[in-house]
Amino acid sequence: MNMQKATEFMTRREALRRGLLGTAGLALLDPLRLQAAPAPSRPRAKSVIQIWMWGGPSHIDIFDPKPDAGYDYCGPLNKPIATNVDGIRIGELLPLLAKQADKYSIIRSMTHGNNSHETASYIVQTGREPGRLVYPCVGAVVSLFKGYDQGYKGLVPPYIVLTQPQGRFSEAGFLGPRYKPFATGGDPNQNPFAVEGIVARGITDQRQRSRRELLGKLDSLGDSMPGNPHFEKFRQCEESAYDLMFGDARKLFDLSQEKDELRDQYGRNTFGQSCLMARRLVENGVPYVTINYKGWDTHKQHFETMRRKLPEMDAGMAMLLQDLADRGLLDSTIVWWSGEFGRGPKVQWNPPWNGGRSHYGKCFSAVVAGGGFKGGQVVGSSDAKGLEVADRPVHPTDLIGSMYSLLGIDPDGPMPNPRGMDLKVMPQDDESAGRLKEIT
Amino acid sequence: MARKNVLHFAIIILILVLFLPLYARQRTGRPGATLRNRRNSAQANRSNTSNLRQQPNSTDSRFGPFETDDKYTPNNRIDTLVMATFREEGIEPARLCSDAVFIRRAYLDVIGTLPQPQEVREFLKDSSPRKRVALIHKLLRRDEFADYWSLKWCDLLRVKAEFPINLWPNAVQAYHRWIHDCLRGNMPYDLFARELLTSSGSNFRVPQVNFYRAIQGREPSAIAGAVALTFMGVRLENWPAERCSGMEAFFSRVAYKTTSEWKEEIVYLDPASTGALQAVFPDGVAVQIPAGQDPRMVFADWLIAPENPWFARNIVNRIWSWLTGRGIIHEPDDIRPDNPAVHPRLLAYLEKELVKADYDLRRIYTLILNSRTYQQSSIPRSDHPEAEALFAYYPVRRLDAEVLIDALCWISGTRESYSSAIPEPFTFIPEENRTIELADGSITSQFLEMFGRPARDTGLESERNNQPSDAQRLHLLNSSHVQAKIERSARLNAAIRAAKNNRGTLVNLIYLNILSRYPTQAESAAARAYFQTKGINIRQAVNDLAWVLINTKEFLYRH
Repeated sequence: MNMQKATEFMTRREALRRGLLGTAGLALLDPLRLQAAPAPSRPRAKSVIQIWMWGGPSHIDIFDPKPDAGYDYCGPLNKPIATNVDGIRIGELLPLLAKQADKYSIIRSMTHGNNSHETASYIVQTGREPGRLVYPCVGAVVSLFKGYDQGYKGLVPPYIVLTQPQGRFSEAGFLGPRYKPFATGGDPNQNPFAVEGIVARGITDQRQRSRRELLGKLDSLGDSMPGNPHFEKFRQCEESAYDLMFGDARKLFDLSQEKDELRDQYGRNTFGQSCLMARRLVENGVPYVTINYKGWDTHKQHFETMRRKLPEMDAGMAMLLQDLADRGLLDSTIVWWSGEFGRGPKVQWNPPWNGGRSHYGKCFSAVVAGGGFKGGQVVGSSDAKGLEVADRPVHPTDLIGSMYSLLGIDPDGPMPNPRGMDLKVMPQDDESAGRLKEIT
Repeated sequence: MARKNVLHFAIIILILVLFLPLYARQRTGRPGATLRNRRNSAQANRSNTSNLRQQPNSTDSRFGPFETDDKYTPNNRIDTLVMATFREEGIEPARLCSDAVFIRRAYLDVIGTLPQPQEVREFLKDSSPRKRVALIHKLLRRDEFADYWSLKWCDLLRVKAEFPINLWPNAVQAYHRWIHDCLRGNMPYDLFARELLTSSGSNFRVPQVNFYRAIQGREPSAIAGAVALTFMGVRLENWPAERCSGMEAFFSRVAYKTTSEWKEEIVYLDPASTGALQAVFPDGVAVQIPAGQDPRMVFADWLIAPENPWFARNIVNRIWSWLTGRGIIHEPDDIRPDNPAVHPRLLAYLEKELVKADYDLRRIYTLILNSRTYQQSSIPRSDHPEAEALFAYYPVRRLDAEVLIDALCWISGTRESYSSAIPEPFTFIPEENRTIELADGSITSQFLEMFGRPARDTGLESERNNQPSDAQRLHLLNSSHVQAKIERSARLNAAIRAAKNNRGTLVNLIYLNILSRYPTQAESAAARAYFQTKGINIRQAVNDLAWVLINTKEFLYRH
């Protein structure tokens, strides 16, 4: 990448942003920006990569094996493997992650008790119970405190989702659309990675430019009211969009710039290449990346799905940790692996499930690595069959509050909101054992 | 002899002067060959050809395609009242909008739908001075009126299957259908409100009880907050606590119970609490509700009484804001003493008219749509800082997310597929349904999210966000989604076939389809010049032109 050019480009973008902030259309949100004070403490983490296990991954087949619980619980997956940390064992389908265990910590006592996807997704990603207000999720909060309002000048938006948004869940909550993620669409395992809106297939730059020229000639309504503030904002968005289309953002999304061997190690599949893409994004300063990894809602054919998907997850996530560490990025990048809940430890062998697992919010696992989180640790534990939290319950509130602290966002500080209410960023949960001091 | 020659000469000159411009105009708009309508009907063929030849004068008038030279003459009482303020403030209002602008605006504002080219041609050709009145009358009775305004009402009433409202799919369908039926049947608004507030029964069989379910929280304070917001345009959190609690009492006996049917719920009055109840109306008057009387009925009767200061005001102000982009009291759902109306007499007039018309909302739509104020051009003639807030021009507003995707689908002849994967069983929306007909606000759609569809969490008008964003511009300028729609457009193919190599006709057809008007001569020339671009074939050039027009402010905004 031509750095000098990139700098000029960013400066121009910044200028555009600043222009954008001043326009009347955003007046409603202005109080948010004023309230959002600069981060108080010196942050240890700069970025978060959230691996979102959409559907709820089974805890006892992955990071919390219970080989002694018997066939009704383990099914065929009853031979956990040792890791490179003494005393920590994980599921047998994760040989590569077993070699990286010194880099991450496993929380085996996650709990919120909710078994419905949408509500549990909300709880795990906002740290809040459902109520009158819809709170923003972690990505939107990070985008508020570390995004454009705080001088973020990256090539691409500060909150990126690879590749599809989660849906049924308003990421930005009451913060509003400005803090929503940019979902890339496309498939990073295809060449090119057709990032929706940024990398168009079949339209050359030349043709895109001649279209733009014609658009300039046929903008009769715009020409008839020069200086219209609504149109001025529209024009600025259009400039930014063209900057993204013709600028260096495309190079950022161009995975062919990576070595083939490395791409193979990540796994030539959508998840593996998403992990690689996530590394490229945080390397370029993007503060929040969500990999929305679907397919974990295994009511049926659970074990078949585990055998198919876990090796894919194992390769992508293990390589991501290794690669981040190799590049010195792991110290400043939090990797957060979690779904909305775990899965019922007791296998449902009866029809119609025929070997499936149900939703389970009472006890499940999450994994954190990097950005100030210690590696090689286990936090809390579940009972002998993975049914209940046995020790040190961790509510999503505790985990999220810990991440905010590492990011330099004061979890006890004020949470800006359009109605001017007295809210805190991520207050402590009364019933759990508090933030994760043992691994930060 | 000499005088006779001079007279002949003068007559010839006169004839030339009178008819040359007409001849010239005919030539510019004249299709070289017969034009085939999309439906290939021979009759439509003939009418298309003649229509295209007779382009209306306004297209190339000296006022451009968007406005006419009409001075401000009031159409009805609304205008007289608004004009008085303009005079006091020294504001020059905008010109009357052109017919082409009017038909597009009226379709989008009243039925959330683009006019078909044939409808545009007929309207432009119509020389009746009452054609706008007739169009408004017709639009208010179209099926899409109920479709589009159901969407609006479902925003306000938070019609959504999932978190955080959790109506669940069956109830969403029943509730949406009930709202749609009310709008199609033009149920008087006081009755509509009373039904929502006082019904009891199963959420499947008495759909209006879902009003009490579509609220985040079921405690009396949450219900009172939703009632005040919806029917009074008032935010209860701004009220003193004792006034809130006085109003909450009316809803303190609403109870809920489930049945053995999945997600069926009965809303009823708690039989355990039957004693007399002390409550206070929002105007401060206390009331003792005798035992055995439904307190909700007492509240509803107070609310819909003609002299109620909030009820009519809230809805006429909302309709004004829905049609003109801004409330006479703004925000329309933040009515409070320190947020005054910009045209108090206009607001009072509309309130009276609604009561007089027995709460027939179409009466208010008709009055507003027929006003000269509504029919102003969007091009300001005054730089007064309050010109927009005082309605001295029609403010430009980006199309609603649902209307925009429907318009893109219509232009391209494509469809969107919507489904809901959770909760089971999966819901698949028939593809022939338009997006404005979607009942459930929790159907996932990246496009609708990106373009600011409201979350339907709170019922606040501000949940809908029609501000432009970088992501929206990227999507329309460069996404495979929009690209595929244009490339697959059967409508554009039909236009190419119909134009039979006549580039002028082709440009006219594309303009009529996308911008609902004829191009000006300059626009037509620019488009035809683009068709000569080296290295692209005619279909690619047409795609490019369609792409360009879809990306104009004129297409993306109501104007």
